Amino acid sequence: MSLSDTLAGEHGNRWYDLFSRGTRDWLRHNEKVREAVNKALPDLIAHSDVLTRPDNRTVQVPVRFMEHYRFRLLNPQQQKGAGQGKVRPGDVLMRPNQGRGESGSGSGGDEEGGVSFVMEFKVDDILDWLWEELQLPNLKPRDGTQLEIEDYIREGWDKKGARSRLDRRRTIKQAVKRRAVQGESAVPITNDDLRFRQLVKRQQPTTNAVVFFLLDVSSSMDEYCRKLAKTFFFWALQGIRRQFVKVETVFIAHTIEAWEFQEEEFFQVHGEGGTQSSAALQKAIEIAAERYDPSRYNSYLFYASDGDNFMEDRHRARAALEALVPRMNFLGYAEVSGRHHQRLNTEVGVLFRRLQEQGAPCDSYAIASEADIWPAIKAFFTRQAEEVA
Amino acid sequence: MPAKLQEYVTRIEALGKELGLEYYPVDFELVPPSFMMEVAVYGLPVRMPHWSFGVRWIYQMVQHKMGHSRIFEVVFPGNPNRAYLVNNNTLEENCLVTAHVLGHADFSHNNLLFVNSQRQAGYHIVEQAAAHAHRIDEAVEIAGQRRVEAVLDAALALEQHIDTHYPINRPDYPPPKKQVETPPRDEFQSRFGLLPGEADGVRPKPPPVVEQRLPPHPEADLLWFIARYGPALEDWERDIFLAVREESFYFQPVFSCQIMNEGWASYWHARILREADFLPNELYLNAMKTHSDVVRPYGTDKQIVLAINPYHLGFNIWERVVADYGIERARQVMKEEDDFGFIRNYLTAELAQDLDLFVYEAKRDGEVRVTESNLHELHEAILAPKYNFGAPRVLVDDLRADGTLVLRHDYKSDGRGLEPQRAQRVLEYVHKVWRRPVVLYTVDARGEEECLRA
Repeated sequence: MSLSDTLAGEHGNRWYDLFSRGTRDWLRHNEKVREAVNKALPDLIAHSDVLTRPDNRTVQVPVRFMEHYRFRLLNPQQQKGAGQGKVRPGDVLMRPNQGRGESGSGSGGDEEGGVSFVMEFKVDDILDWLWEELQLPNLKPRDGTQLEIEDYIREGWDKKGARSRLDRRRTIKQAVKRRAVQGESAVPITNDDLRFRQLVKRQQPTTNAVVFFLLDVSSSMDEYCRKLAKTFFFWALQGIRRQFVKVETVFIAHTIEAWEFQEEEFFQVHGEGGTQSSAALQKAIEIAAERYDPSRYNSYLFYASDGDNFMEDRHRARAALEALVPRMNFLGYAEVSGRHHQRLNTEVGVLFRRLQEQGAPCDSYAIASEADIWPAIKAFFTRQAEEVA
Repeated sequence: MPAKLQEYVTRIEALGKELGLEYYPVDFELVPPSFMMEVAVYGLPVRMPHWSFGVRWIYQMVQHKMGHSRIFEVVFPGNPNRAYLVNNNTLEENCLVTAHVLGHADFSHNNLLFVNSQRQAGYHIVEQAAAHAHRIDEAVEIAGQRRVEAVLDAALALEQHIDTHYPINRPDYPPPKKQVETPPRDEFQSRFGLLPGEADGVRPKPPPVVEQRLPPHPEADLLWFIARYGPALEDWERDIFLAVREESFYFQPVFSCQIMNEGWASYWHARILREADFLPNELYLNAMKTHSDVVRPYGTDKQIVLAINPYHLGFNIWERVVADYGIERARQVMKEEDDFGFIRNYLTAELAQDLDLFVYEAKRDGEVRVTESNLHELHEAILAPKYNFGAPRVLVDDLRADGTLVLRHDYKSDGRGLEPQRAQRVLEYVHKVWRRPVVLYTVDARGEEECLRA
């Protein structure tokens, strides 16, 4: 009996205070789930119940606990168990399908297989993985947009400098060296040990990008179409973000008029009435001319619509599109609809096809279900690489 | 407060010895609840890392957060016993728990299954398990996490498949016997051959064909067989299998005697506290409240529950045994029985009726009906989940010349076949370390033979 001995260490940390084996093994379990989820990722994240977090840097995916399998007997037709309470033979304690029959034999594993929890994935990780898996090429900036700007970068060390740029690691290294030489009498750190990072002005190539998202919010675009459009936009944007240091976004919704929105409100907008694509395209031209100099920005435009457009708008829309072409690296048209048959034979679809036939850098994707989203994303990035090559 | 507890612990121990408890010394340690929770999950204070423990741990955490489970103590038998008390137990609770721990220490010192297991697996399971964990950490350094994990996936999935009838340091099978030469005729046979009609003499029988079969008999100890006869295992992999096996040898009596052991400890904490006149009245009353929480049925008075609290059942049987046969006989029972003998011999019809125990039948569609049942059926319903360390009987049937491992499920004893998806996954685990084909015979739901391969 040594209660007092073990209590002697009360104030010091015990070994089990330092880490939790439960946490360690739980994290390992999660890692394994992550690996398993990665394999099914394109399906999972294209699926609607993936939630994008407000910051758009993570997605949440519902997953199941992994089961460590053991030999187990088949479920019997009927299972006997022992219980306790005041009953008489023949009493029915649970009616059929009135909840799951509890086996009472402690087979807790049954439930373990079925429990799910939500796991958060970093969008960056998913993208890296996807690019590898789908073997997508990297986007290349348009020629001539590579801009040199001056920037401060860290370079070299000095004994003097601003306190905020103190390099602790090097300072300590220096102190260690000195003390090794001086021996016992050495003081921990002297002014001579201090090392500061230095900044130098250098020419830096910069790559900026701007992405225009145009969404048809007329009454014919239902909730389902919006969801498809949103998912497509989200991944296209993430893909572009992956390539450029700085990406700006412009969100334009339109019916017969067009408005610019912030991202948060963008997908909540509901419009009424008819559709005039030219309104949105015109708006894009205005904004581009105003804020985004084509010599400084790589510009991308994505337009999602169900394809309907007023006939009388056709000429204006075509003119607007043609005006946009020289400003844009690329134009993508995503035709979202629940109807499979309409493959890009719509009013807007035809416009984009014409444009493509003229050799403009643009492409169209028909998205009728979640399964179409990844092929569309893949097509976009592959096409892009060809354009530039 | 710890000083007060220390004082009571000393006096409780003295009283326990006076009442006839025999045990190896007990090391008490106060630990935080988080530590207790991990012990409950891992079964040992330090144990090998594996992701499956993480899943159990998160369940335990959730349960704990919802207030469904509370752990007061754990004690690991050995010399010394190691007992852990939760540091946020009240003084009352810890007095009760101390007495409870002494009951466990007495049990593990005397019960033959425990005695045998400790003689086999050693008296320092806590340290041994920690050493296993350390060796496995070293293996991770050398072979990498993935490979070690693959071995643990297989070994831990087969955790229950040991055979404690053989010693822990079990020798290999004897080499197949040389063909026995026919012994020279002795005098009787020579004379017998001279009898009329035996003119040809006794014809020498052809020597019996000695089968080279491995294993010579169906082998239940899968962990041992794979460790010893796996054709392509590396040494550190065999080591992991044997480490898991050693821990299973330790867990087996804990599993097989749970009702007896918990009942015995509850009997003794109740009795010791009753006789501990040095405890203030108030403390005694509070401790007794905790006692009745521990040994009450899962449901409250009028509720009907489809499970039986082993503390409750064990405690009541022991009270009855002591009342009917006296404490000496009870000690004898404690030494010689496991849960099977204990329930079958001492859960009487009268007691079952007093405790309102019943047998029910749960159908697949969710219907649960109380059955007309006799005492025998009640015994078997309680014991059914405890057969064979709680696992289906899967035996090594053959090791073929090409290295194929043939497993056979003894579905006749188990009454039905194996669940094929899970069995398939287990075979895949095993195949990864066995590295030759692995085959398993069982039956499907219709009773037709089914062969799984990996």
